[in-house]
Amino acid sequence: MRAQSRLGLFLLLTPLLLWLTLLIVIPHIDMLLVSLRERVGVGEYRTSLANYLTFLTEPLYLWTFLRTALMSVLATALTLLIAFPVSYYIAKIAKGRVQSALFLLCLVPFWVSELVRTFGWMILLRETGVFSGLLQWAGLVDGPVEMLYNDVAMMVGLVYTSMLFMVVPLVTTLESLDDSVIEAGYDLGGSGPSILREIVIPHAMPGIVSGCIVVFMLSLGNYLTPTMLGGKESLWFTELIYSQFIVRFNWELGAAFGFMLLLLSSVIVWAVLRLTGQTLEKTMG
Amino acid sequence: MLPDLECANLTKTFDATAAVRDVSFAVPPGAFFSILGPSGCGKTTIMRMIAGFLEPSGGDILIRGKSVLNVPPNRRPVNMVFQHLALFPMMTIAENIGYGLRRAGMPKPEIERKVGEALERIGLPGIGNRKVDELSGGQKQRVAIARCMVLEPDVLLLDEPLGALDLKLREHMKIELKKLQSAFNTTFVYITHDQSEALVMSDQIAVMNHGRFEQLGTARELYYRPETAFVAGFVGEANRWRGKVERVNGDALELRTETGIVMKGARHGRALNPGDSAEIFVRPEAIRVARDEREVAHFENRICGTVTSLLFNGAASRILVRDDGNGAEIEVAIPQSGDYATLSRGASIHIGWSGDQANCFPAGSA
Amino acid sequence: MKLFTLKMPLVLSAAIATAAGLADAASAETLRLLTWGGYAPENVVAMFEKETGITVEVTKSNNEEMIAKLRATGGGGFDLAQPSQDRIAGPQEEFGIYKPIDLSKIDASLFIPSMLEATKANTTVGGEVYGVPHVWGTSGLVVDTAKAGMVRDYTDLCGDAVAGKVSYRLKRPTLIGFAFAMGLDPFAAYGDEAAYKQVIDQVEAKLIACKPGVKTYWGGGDELMGLMRSGEVVASMAWDTGGWKLNADNPDITFVAPASGALGWIDTFALPKKTKAEDAAYQWINFVMRPDIAAMITEAAGNFTASKGADEFVSAELKARYQASFPPEAVDNIKWYPPVPAGLEVIEGAALDRVKAAN
Repeated sequence: MRAQSRLGLFLLLTPLLLWLTLLIVIPHIDMLLVSLRERVGVGEYRTSLANYLTFLTEPLYLWTFLRTALMSVLATALTLLIAFPVSYYIAKIAKGRVQSALFLLCLVPFWVSELVRTFGWMILLRETGVFSGLLQWAGLVDGPVEMLYNDVAMMVGLVYTSMLFMVVPLVTTLESLDDSVIEAGYDLGGSGPSILREIVIPHAMPGIVSGCIVVFMLSLGNYLTPTMLGGKESLWFTELIYSQFIVRFNWELGAAFGFMLLLLSSVIVWAVLRLTGQTLEKTMG
Repeated sequence: MLPDLECANLTKTFDATAAVRDVSFAVPPGAFFSILGPSGCGKTTIMRMIAGFLEPSGGDILIRGKSVLNVPPNRRPVNMVFQHLALFPMMTIAENIGYGLRRAGMPKPEIERKVGEALERIGLPGIGNRKVDELSGGQKQRVAIARCMVLEPDVLLLDEPLGALDLKLREHMKIELKKLQSAFNTTFVYITHDQSEALVMSDQIAVMNHGRFEQLGTARELYYRPETAFVAGFVGEANRWRGKVERVNGDALELRTETGIVMKGARHGRALNPGDSAEIFVRPEAIRVARDEREVAHFENRICGTVTSLLFNGAASRILVRDDGNGAEIEVAIPQSGDYATLSRGASIHIGWSGDQANCFPAGSA
Repeated sequence: MKLFTLKMPLVLSAAIATAAGLADAASAETLRLLTWGGYAPENVVAMFEKETGITVEVTKSNNEEMIAKLRATGGGGFDLAQPSQDRIAGPQEEFGIYKPIDLSKIDASLFIPSMLEATKANTTVGGEVYGVPHVWGTSGLVVDTAKAGMVRDYTDLCGDAVAGKVSYRLKRPTLIGFAFAMGLDPFAAYGDEAAYKQVIDQVEAKLIACKPGVKTYWGGGDELMGLMRSGEVVASMAWDTGGWKLNADNPDITFVAPASGALGWIDTFALPKKTKAEDAAYQWINFVMRPDIAAMITEAAGNFTASKGADEFVSAELKARYQASFPPEAVDNIKWYPPVPAGLEVIEGAALDRVKAAN
């Protein structure tokens, strides 16, 4: 009996274990080994930390790294600011059909690929694009306005791409907040802002944190949006990794970059969890 | 004396349906006032209007003589214990109880003192640092009340707060609530669908149905002198017949039921004339049982029958008796004095009740 | 080199390896072709399949991705690849991803002899030939002659008259092109890393100085087309075919061979090391080099091939555009890319990163 249930468990876990080992663990070990390799000549390598040293000594890489991290944090914060009222409305105020319709509305952009979405923004923001045309038509500006190729456009794209991943966990946690708890807050003399601060936000914390983690990771690892919407100097760290791997054939440095990115996201996630007093189990479970 | 809470012609309509129709009542200070009714009768709507979460469509709500219609819920001198208590799970017990005081801007040391006092009062000193989910159902109940009581409201509203508790605890909490009410000496307005809760605790009970108050009175009045067929059926238990009035003599009636039994009843001042259809309610506990016919000979209504079922339920044990004459079944309470402990199915038995105990109402009134 | 370089989100090499590994299951009756957009048009594939019974699976890519894919699998996953001739020797030395070509299986009479010899010479590593030529073309400038007629060379893209309305890629052709336009000779410095670095440093400084006038660095062909068509950009670095395509829509826009010389490239046929359909690969090469078929590819890709006599089959329209962009002296002035020695990419890459990051 027991042996049987063990076997059953093992069989159930096999796909997951295979997935984890073959597609995550082994490639990462391989990447780590590659990142610790230094090219000394044609086809000749030796083990060293040279790639990490390159990363640390080249201001450009460090600067891009920092910029990517800060911009991702900013994108996450903006997404949270926009998504919270939206989620609150969907979870607590809208009812029935309106509720599902609004939720669906958040989902609709994800029916097309990220590429198409990004092109959509390019059509809207470009110099000969929709917004520029509207502004001119309304007489607010004299000539065409370029709204593309800058950090703001990139931020808009990042926030737009991430919105759903913030809204879903927020709606879920906010829905689990009993309406009567909010009413109790009012009943006991709480005002709107104080209830938000003392009741709604503490309750939604797991959702906020898990949404922020997902959005932060997505922004950090985004490639299309920063390259297509971003300006001439908006170098994103993933772009560096891509170019090291694909354009420079410098897998060693690319792998080292990859590990720095992994380290960065891990550290930031850990810091956020510590700061908010949440645990990974609570936010992801 | 100025009532603590007064509702005047309170009305609430949702779209086309009226949830509360023209309800008026006044609750004197320090009273335990219950609104009893089946679910959907509008009692929760009344409570939410008093708390300020719903705007009445008509009428007025006065607390200590002042209309609160334009006062938002967080400014009203009433507090509410919610059905599922709605304690704040993100806060400790002390923070829960101190929440209202913090919002009122009371200095910290004073809050601490008041919270400590409240915890003493509810008999749970020193649990201030615990989390909400570490408490038992009864403890949560008391904390929820303490959380309101520290604010010293004029009126405390309680929305079926015992609903989620198990039977034993519920029985215990009924007494506890009554004690807390006299300890805090605050006006309680309690809504419930459970008649026993209402009967045990209340000074005054309003029985509500379809958005209206059917009857307002003490527990005894409701039990012994229901004014409507609905109240007679809803409060306590009753055997129920339909019949036609054959003779009227003052308050006493003679009726013939649809099954053909001739029965004596009382109309207690209600308009019932010969030929009218009537509903007759007789409580199981108002019927006497006897093995010997002579013991029930002095009752106006007597039936000789056979025991078809024994419904043993401790103190509330019943038997079902089938009338040997026409086969109608009647529920009868049996005294637990031991005399009837050996009663078995199929036994022959005599039952009887006085006509005064048979409450008659014009048919179709409920 | 075609205009499709839209990059996928960063894919870990492992994912590439796995995907390519799965593709290994394809049978020998299938030719897995790793090529550029337009080099294997559907009508040509259909004719080949009918003639030989071999199924052709086409994967569109670019130089960098081709090399990355083959490197990830050690030269597996594909049966025939089409990297540019200057990008064979370096990667072959470094990663060993190709297999020598058996020239006896190639019908040399189908090739323009000078181009065949040049390609063979450039792709020889250790005495073995790794590539034969297929399609060639140039990169230079695409200019809206009505608005930016003064742009005659790469460095003219920095002029005040076109400030804010120019674009180019941040890739190695830009570095090479600017170097020539600045009077330097990067190809001569290929063999000497230090000298090459000096050249690139100067170009880097120039590109940073030019940066304020650049509207955006384009990344993909579609993006460039959009920029030029909308008039947001009036002059850009681009491939000849891109200019000719735009010319068909707007006669003012056309490809201009820069005064310092267009950069000439030749895309080749090369056998991945673990090719599983070598015979099919040779059959494909000999098939597409037939003049009639080569002309079909020219129609589809826009570029001319190394097939001898294919010109006759090409439409007059295409020939006219070609002649307008390339007067005889411009053809003579084409700078053909010599093989890139391994290691130069690192110097170029660092320079490009700094240009991109500069404010």
